[in-house]
Amino acid sequence: MTTALIDAPEEKEEVIVHGAPPARPLAIDFWRGIADENPVMIQMLGLCPTMAISNQVSNGLGMGVATIFVLVCSSFLISVLRKVIPNEVRLATYILIIATFVTVADLTMQAYFPPLSKTLGPFVPLIVVNCIILGRAEAFAGKVGPMRAVADGLGMGLGFMLALLIMCAFREVVGTGTFLGHPVFGPNYEPQIFMIMPPGGFLTMGLMFLTMGWWGTRKADKAKAEHLKAQLAKAAA
Amino acid sequence: MISNLAWIFFSTLLVNNFTLAMFLGLCSFFGVTTKMDTGWRLGAANTFVLVMTAVSVWILNTFLLGAAPYLRTIAFIVVIASLVQIVEMAIKKYLPVLFRELGIYLPLITTNCAILALALLQTSRNYNLLEGIVFAIGAGLGLTLALTLMASIRERLDVADVPAMARRMGLVLIIASCMSMAFMGFAGMGSG
Repeated sequence: MTTALIDAPEEKEEVIVHGAPPARPLAIDFWRGIADENPVMIQMLGLCPTMAISNQVSNGLGMGVATIFVLVCSSFLISVLRKVIPNEVRLATYILIIATFVTVADLTMQAYFPPLSKTLGPFVPLIVVNCIILGRAEAFAGKVGPMRAVADGLGMGLGFMLALLIMCAFREVVGTGTFLGHPVFGPNYEPQIFMIMPPGGFLTMGLMFLTMGWWGTRKADKAKAEHLKAQLAKAAA
Repeated sequence: MISNLAWIFFSTLLVNNFTLAMFLGLCSFFGVTTKMDTGWRLGAANTFVLVMTAVSVWILNTFLLGAAPYLRTIAFIVVIASLVQIVEMAIKKYLPVLFRELGIYLPLITTNCAILALALLQTSRNYNLLEGIVFAIGAGLGLTLALTLMASIRERLDVADVPAMARRMGLVLIIASCMSMAFMGFAGMGSG
């Protein structure tokens, strides 16, 4: 019995460290979310808000800033509390922390930006179930120090916002002929209303993935060609 | 009364389909719709949890949250998470066969945005208990419909010759776009 009591804390310590990401400079933690592991374009997380509110650039900005706020704050708090939170109830604790910050963001938006809050509707409280945030908490923030957690949260948040803004810009420019409300194509442009309706969201996201798939296959083909060329050169020599 | 309920039901099922018109529950829509069976089973599990959520949200709104509306998001997510846990344990105990079939999908439902969205929309539209339940059934059947349709298309897609660049997700999203367009055809129905 006594041995079990003595052993227990050691085991717990190990569980916290288990699967911790290797030590890296902060810049890499930050940059990863924007490029190599972009939450939307590479990991395909958080698709619901990305498609649902991306029909106007202003919506994208509001949603992006709110998500970054929640992601950075919850990553920081979770990371600070990581040694206190018992392993068995960690998901419930994470959800509660996230929900608290989402409530803060929601109420702030309702108070200071009522029109924006109205257009985004239920999608502001729905940040709670954005898989990016819980995913980062579980995979990263719960295992590393606060500085790294914040760098990672900021990077992932900006990566999310980047994907969101690309979609918003495309849909708003094609769908209404404006950018942030300013006309782009002049008075003779007939807006393609379709793009700002739900199917346009799926289509834009699909086009984005097709472009990335095309880029990926091109890169793979190029690598294959290089490899073949090298082998031929070797054979000739 | 009946026509009001029917309007809620059909508008949620077809016109404002949760997945195809409101972009809710997309993770499961794209993640687990590779087989027909899993598609409709997940839909059924979701419908069940949605109805339970509608009832508990009505209880929360009527008896508890009147004094503290700012606690809504937190209260809803906690209730949904525990609800899914309880449903999972109950099914495991009393319907072990069903549990084996649904197993992995049940915990996934907690993070399905459709559930929390139902709670929030039900609150903002001030539905009473009966309206809430009809709303939940409509939403659940709508999800099931979208999941099943998508799964059946993707089953055929498996044997099709798809270009390499569209293999990952691109084509699936374009298909979803076409389905969503088809569902827009219902929009005239509910505008009255």
